[in-house]
Order: sequence, then structure tokens, then C-alpha cells
Amino acid sequence: MNRANMHVWGWLLLLPAAALLALFTHYPALATILHSLYSTARPNRPSRFIGLDQYATMLDDPVFHQVLWNNTIFALGTIPASIALALLMAVWVNDRLAGRGFLRLAYFTPTILPMIAVANIWMFFYTPDYGLVDQIAGLFGFARHNWLGSRDTVLGCLIVLTIWKEAGFFMIFYLAALQQMPPNLAEAAALEGASRWTFFRRVTFPLVMPTTLFVLINAVINSFRLVDHIVAMTKGGPDNASSLLLYYIFEVGFKYWDTGYAAALTVVLLALLAGLATAQFLYLDKRVHYR
Amino acid sequence: MTFMPKTWSTAAALAAGLALAAGAVAAAPVELRFYYPIAVGGPITKIVDSMVADFEKENPDVKVRPIYSGTYQDTIVKVLTALKGSEPPHLSVVLSTDMFSLIDEGVLLPFDNFIKTADDKAWMASFFPGFMANSQTGGKTWGIPFQRSTVVLYWNKEAFKQAGLDPDKPPASWAEMTDYAQKLTKRDASGNVSQWGLQVPSSGFPYWLFQGFTTQNDVLLMNDAGNETYFDKPAVIEAVQFWVDLAKKYKVSPDGILEWGTTPKDFFERKIAMMWTTTGNLTNVKANAPFDFGVAMLPAGKRRGSPTGGGNFYVFKSTTPEQQQAALKFVKWMTTPERAAEWGIKTGYVAVRPESWETAAMKQYVAGFPAAAVARDQLKYAVAEFSTHENQRVVKALNDGLQAALTGTKTAEQAMKDAQREAERILKTYR
Repeated sequence: MNRANMHVWGWLLLLPAAALLALFTHYPALATILHSLYSTARPNRPSRFIGLDQYATMLDDPVFHQVLWNNTIFALGTIPASIALALLMAVWVNDRLAGRGFLRLAYFTPTILPMIAVANIWMFFYTPDYGLVDQIAGLFGFARHNWLGSRDTVLGCLIVLTIWKEAGFFMIFYLAALQQMPPNLAEAAALEGASRWTFFRRVTFPLVMPTTLFVLINAVINSFRLVDHIVAMTKGGPDNASSLLLYYIFEVGFKYWDTGYAAALTVVLLALLAGLATAQFLYLDKRVHYR
Repeated sequence: MTFMPKTWSTAAALAAGLALAAGAVAAAPVELRFYYPIAVGGPITKIVDSMVADFEKENPDVKVRPIYSGTYQDTIVKVLTALKGSEPPHLSVVLSTDMFSLIDEGVLLPFDNFIKTADDKAWMASFFPGFMANSQTGGKTWGIPFQRSTVVLYWNKEAFKQAGLDPDKPPASWAEMTDYAQKLTKRDASGNVSQWGLQVPSSGFPYWLFQGFTTQNDVLLMNDAGNETYFDKPAVIEAVQFWVDLAKKYKVSPDGILEWGTTPKDFFERKIAMMWTTTGNLTNVKANAPFDFGVAMLPAGKRRGSPTGGGNFYVFKSTTPEQQQAALKFVKWMTTPERAAEWGIKTGYVAVRPESWETAAMKQYVAGFPAAAVARDQLKYAVAEFSTHENQRVVKALNDGLQAALTGTKTAEQAMKDAQREAERILKTYR
């Protein structure tokens, strides 16, 4: 086969995936950017070009500021904690210990459950008075607390739930990475008399760095992508204290039918995620591989 | 079960197509796509299907295809989306408060357009006026009441007895309500509360229960045209303050935002002695309360009052004149006194016409369970549920304001001023 033919072949093989990607990812993204420059059509007022007006509205929109801030806290609260927990669990269940399979399964269970089911279970945990959290706290003499009904605690409650849900999923990746590690490393370290902590810090952690990058990118995306629990538990309340960017986009788009503004918000979300992913790849990719 | 009517009606549509080709139009029954939501417990799909089957038996010239469309929120989204597609619904039950949104979207047909006979006009005038308030604007009738409700007060008679109160006498005024609630709140020496006096839920859609407080304080939240709101009137701010004070000043109600969904459960668990919630929960409470309970109208401030709630029948512009007549026939049939009574008894909704309450079936039901009539008796004090143009957005401004006041982030006055400013901004273009 000559070289030109090879190219044709290559492109033909790529075509099905590329077509789907273009249809369901690239075209909608471009269309969204275009829509964000037009006003929302109403029966008596057709859509017209308004340039960057939607973005100017955004700057004055207190709810937008609030959800952006909430999302930052949510990301900072969930990402490091769920990654650290995942690594800890993976190292633990990678050891030879009795009931290891059961333990792995137990850690993975939250991942299998649908988010809506999880949210409903946790809603019971957080119920004041007879919810699990209050019942346990009550044993130690703490007073009741309205966990989801107070601005101070509602976002924290969602963060805890998300960490619980995500850590098990990330653990699987770490577990796979740990099992790729040649056992002679551990034997050599043992011969040298390295402590468990030194071994973890100097050998294990650097070796699973590529996995950490992968997990980190996933965690960042998830922190912007997960909103099911908000729909089920708080509807963004009280007073937007638990609303995240994507949930706000849903509200604007499908409750207020202000599709132009929703498109502009979506562009912000896209830009944010693209920026974060690029930064992670460019900055971290150079230093994740152990040499 | 929902598949069966679908295949039938597809067959009917095919048959209609063939008949059309043969030039025998008159023989084909008129087909109607009917979307309906479910918002309360119970076998609602079964009830709807059986009612539709009964209707078709009596009216072989009309084929109704009932399509279950999720919650009220899902239904409005699906209706608006499907109306842009090739298989639009012809009629639907949607929240009465979606009237302005549907008008704004330009999809709604007023009943006046296809109502002709004096008989039809008499039928339109036969509903409780309280329910018609959310169905009419600009001199036209856009919706026909079907599954409607109001807010009522449930109280635990055992708890009343323990607190030394008359178990058969619910609070009739705000003063009595706070006084009773204080007596009903059980606090131990260290201040922990094992039973609260009163709970008014404030999650999700606090504006609806809030309308109870404002109506009782004799003030309206919006005008009939749905393009002005009055959130910053002193009487409205007073009403917010009273709600906030239940937890902050009188300390008879838990602090923070109280979950709508678990409020009945709190009541069953004896965590609260009185609650405000919809009449739609009546069947639920009747089945699950492990103690003797009572149902009362909301207490009076300057007057009694509650908002109405629930869903109306709407007919869309997607219909042909024949379909409009068929839809009218169906809606009329579903709201005959007997059918409205049957629907009310089976679901817990308030039967929408005074005549339904005179039917033998309803009389017998109320005799055995007087609580069922409380919501009806409250109707004479009821006001239209809050509804404006761009309803969802304006409601959100109000909800956010209420939650900010209830959680203490803003004062009642500040919260309502902010909400009013946001509502002004949205509604300005509709005047």
C-alpha cells in the first residue's frame, strides 16, 4: 500500500468516531458560542444579535458570582480530599490482609450506586433530629443541627457526600497502578531498611504520579459536572448557598427558558474546564513521569 | 399499561389516514394527545386510564391518548418542547401558575375561543371562584381547574392533650398559634428540644406557604395582570418577620430551612405538634399518623387566608377546530360533578365544583371523614397562587429572599427589597 492510500485508510478509520465527536461535541460547542451572542427569542420579540451583552449581564448577576464562588469551594473541598482518601484506601487494600476482596468491594460500592439514590440516602443522614448524623452526634451530647437547611453547613454536607462517592472510583485507578509496581522495589527498600513512610514518599507516590494526573483531571471535571445531588437534595438552596455553575445553567435554560443567557453561562463553563485541563497537561505532564 | 392505548391510537391514526385516503373523513374518531403530571402518592395512572376508558366508551367519536409526563416541572418542560416538535400535545394538565408562561410562549388557546353554547358558558361559571382566579386573565379563561389544593394546618391531638390544650380546638389566630406552639414545645433543662410546636416548611417553594402569611396579613403579592409584584410593602415585610420570628423570637419552630418532603415524617415522629402543608397530604397523613390528628384552616391574622395550588386543564394552539370541540367534551366530562367528586375522593385533591360536594358519593365520604371538607370550606378565603410573567424567575427571586431572611443572612426588610428589585427588573418589559 502506498503512502497516500495509508492516509486515506487512516482517515476512513477515524471517520466514524470523528463524525460522532463533531456532531455531539464540536458542533454544539461552537453553536453555543454563537447562541451566546444573541438574545433569547420570545414570541413577540425574535432573537437578535446583541454582541457581548449576555456576558455584561453576567458581571452584574449576583447569583452567577455566588455559584462561581460555591463551585470554587466545592472543587477545593472535594478534589484534594477525595484523591488523598483514594490513595490511602488503595495502599491499604493492596496489602495482603484478611477480607481484602470484601474491603475493596465495600470501598467501591458508593461508585456503583446512582447519584440520585445516594442523594436520597444522604438526605436521611442529614435530616435534623432523627437523621443518622444527628443521632450519632446526640450520643455525644451535641444539639440538633439543620444540616441542609443552614447556609453555613449545606455546601460542606454536599462536599462530604461527593468525597464519599468519588473516592472509591479513584481508588480503582490507584489500585491498578499499584499492582503494576514491580515487587522487587519493595524488597529492595526493605533490604535498605527504608520505613513504610519513606518507601511511600520516595517510591510509591512518584510512581503513581501519572495516575494522579489522570485522576486529578477527572476530579476537576467532576467537580463541575456533578449536580444530580443538588437536584435531589437542596435545589440550590437555601438562597443559592448550594447552587453550582451547571445547576444554575440548568435553571436558566430549562426553568426560565432564557436560552441565550444559558448559552453564555455554558461558554464560561467550557472555557473554565478547557483552561484547567490545558494547564494541568502543560504544567504537570512534564513532571509526572519518574526518571 | 401505557403501551396499550399507544398501540390502539397508532392503529386509530393509521385507520384515520386510510379513511382520509378513502374520502370517508366523518367516520374517523378525533384523536387527542393528553399530557398529565403526577404530584401526589397513589395509583394515579390507573385512575386516569380508567377514567379515559369510561369517557371513550360514552364518546366513541373521540380517542384520548393519556401520556404520563412526570412531575409538574417535567410536564411544563415536555409540553413546551413537544409543542415545537411534530407530535405536539393537544391538551394537558399543568400547574395553574404556568398560565402566564404558556401565554408568553404563544401556545395557549383560551377556552372562550371555542365555547359557543349557553350550556358551556354555565359550565365555565360552575367552579369555585377561588380556583378560577389562577385560570383567568385579561378577560379570558385560559385554564379549567382540575386537581387543586390549598394549605391547611394539621395538629396532633395527643400532643395537645399532654400540653393541657383542648385537643378539638385548633388555633384560630396568629396569637393563638404562637401561644399553643409555645405550650407544645418541649425543652429539657439544657435547652434541647424533643418536640417543636409548629413547622412551616421552607425548602423548594417557600413562596407558596408564605402566601398563607401574606394573605392572613391582608396583602397581595402580585396584580391580576401578572406584571407587578409588591414584595417590599410593609405588610409583606411584616409577614416575613412573623415567619422568621417563629424560630428566632418565639422559638417554637426549628431554625433554618425546613424540608418540605420530610415535614409529614417529622409530624408522624412527634418531632412537631402542628404543621402547615398541602391538603394533598391528607391521605398520606390519614394512613401514617400513629396518633389522632385534626385538620384545620390556617389561622387568621387580620383575616383568614391560604393560596390555592395544583393543576388546570389547558388546550393548545396545536389543535384543529374538531379537536378543540373534542377536547372541550373531554374536559367537561372530566369535571362533571360526579367525576370531580370521584377524582377528589380517590386522590385527596379538592373537588373543583360546589355541585360535586352535593353528590351522594362525596356526602358519604365527608360524613365518614370530615377533615376532607376543611380545604373546601377554606376556599372562600383563598387567593390565587402567586403567578406572574416569567413566573419561574420571579418566583426564584422571592424564594431566595425568603430563604435569606429565614436563615438570617438578610433582615426581612432587606431580603424583600432585594427580591422586589429583581422582580422589577424582570417584569418591566411586560407593562
